[in-house]
Amino acid sequence: MGGVRTAGDLVAWMQFTRRMKIDTAKAFVADKLNLRVGELTDETVMARVRAEKGIGSVIPDHIEYTGIAAKTKIARLLDIRIRSVDLYEQHLSA
Amino acid sequence: MKAITTSRGDGERITLTEDALRQDIVAGSEDAARKGKIDSLSKGEINYLADIFCIPGRTVSVELGKEVVVSDDGAALMPSWGRPSAGHAIPISDHQAILMYERVYGGDTVGLGFPDYSYKPVKSAIGYARSHYKTISMLTTIPLVYGAQPNMGMYYHPTGPVESPSDYFSKYEFDKAWALQEEAAERMRGDVLDVAENLYEVGCEALNLDTSGSAGDADFWGCLNVAADIKEKCPDMPVEMGMAGEMIMGLHGKLTHGGERLAGMYPHQQAQAAARAGVDVFGVAVNANTGKSTPYNLARTVTFTKAAAEAVSIPIHANSGMGVGGMPMTLLPPITDSTRCAKALVEIGKADGL
Repeated sequence: MGGVRTAGDLVAWMQFTRRMKIDTAKAFVADKLNLRVGELTDETVMARVRAEKGIGSVIPDHIEYTGIAAKTKIARLLDIRIRSVDLYEQHLSA
Repeated sequence: MKAITTSRGDGERITLTEDALRQDIVAGSEDAARKGKIDSLSKGEINYLADIFCIPGRTVSVELGKEVVVSDDGAALMPSWGRPSAGHAIPISDHQAILMYERVYGGDTVGLGFPDYSYKPVKSAIGYARSHYKTISMLTTIPLVYGAQPNMGMYYHPTGPVESPSDYFSKYEFDKAWALQEEAAERMRGDVLDVAENLYEVGCEALNLDTSGSAGDADFWGCLNVAADIKEKCPDMPVEMGMAGEMIMGLHGKLTHGGERLAGMYPHQQAQAAARAGVDVFGVAVNANTGKSTPYNLARTVTFTKAAAEAVSIPIHANSGMGVGGMPMTLLPPITDSTRCAKALVEIGKADGL
């Protein structure tokens, strides 16, 4: 689907964490982003959405949009558990 | 009559007439249907698959809106010169290769693994695996899936601790041969769980049991059992299971899971067993016949994949690479065919990913 270039990683997160089939996963992500399903693979739309929400991109303008920071925002956005994020937050609050 | 350029299962380029193309597609689908006791492709699906091979472009793609995600078995690591058996020998690290895969290639997920891609050697290098995983997971945004093969064959003599069951089958000592397979499966189960728990401690986001069932039904039995173990002990770590082949070899023959005999299971039955065990994403693997055409091999694969996708509610990622998923058994699969395989697996096979 294009990974952080579009919304491929977000759809993949839903498949892995919630066992969603492809159409269900796309609909879930589109709903969370307030987009139409077809816009999930629109690079122009997704570049804007990813920058607004700080969830990473292929050309990260700001370093805080990458890696564990972006992943933390993704976990909150999609309301999913990501083990690396959970551990990181435990370390922050310890 | 129009000639269609495609390939044979060994990678050689061939041309087929439209009639021959259609005959191969029908024969491939019927072969899968007969072996798996599943539905063959409908007339409309056969026509659509034939149309995919007739598209004049060198590459093809799914229609807009039908895109799927891709998971892999360490594909991102291939550029790195850390690969002992393959790869492009570019002097970059696994870390760099993975970030390139995420931000340059646009991967939906990314696989990380030990150079000796089996759980048994990973266990003895677990510190390396943990530090590697932890460091890279701080840098990645897409799901970082740790993969390795359960690979029960590594537990037999001469390199493993368990005597070879073949030595006892040849002497008709079946009880002993069965017990040895079960012992090897239990040892494998313990090692995979040990690695899983260690990686879970450092934040592992998902685990891939890659090439499951490679040593037959006892191997698959061990994989299903450890998948259930992992889901119990590491509840926030999704498990992906990719298969070794289209049919579970009955090297033991008596093992069951959930009341179902494992030997002889085809992809739709394997997927059901995996889903019951708690697997989150299942990878169908259908073998290519090197002497048959890619349309034949792809029709078989699509028929099996569609049955698996319809049999379970978990996502199905069709294995599509060298020698599986309709693809020729060659290191450099022709993109003429690899793109057609991907399109057919998604649009006809109903795969949720590749």
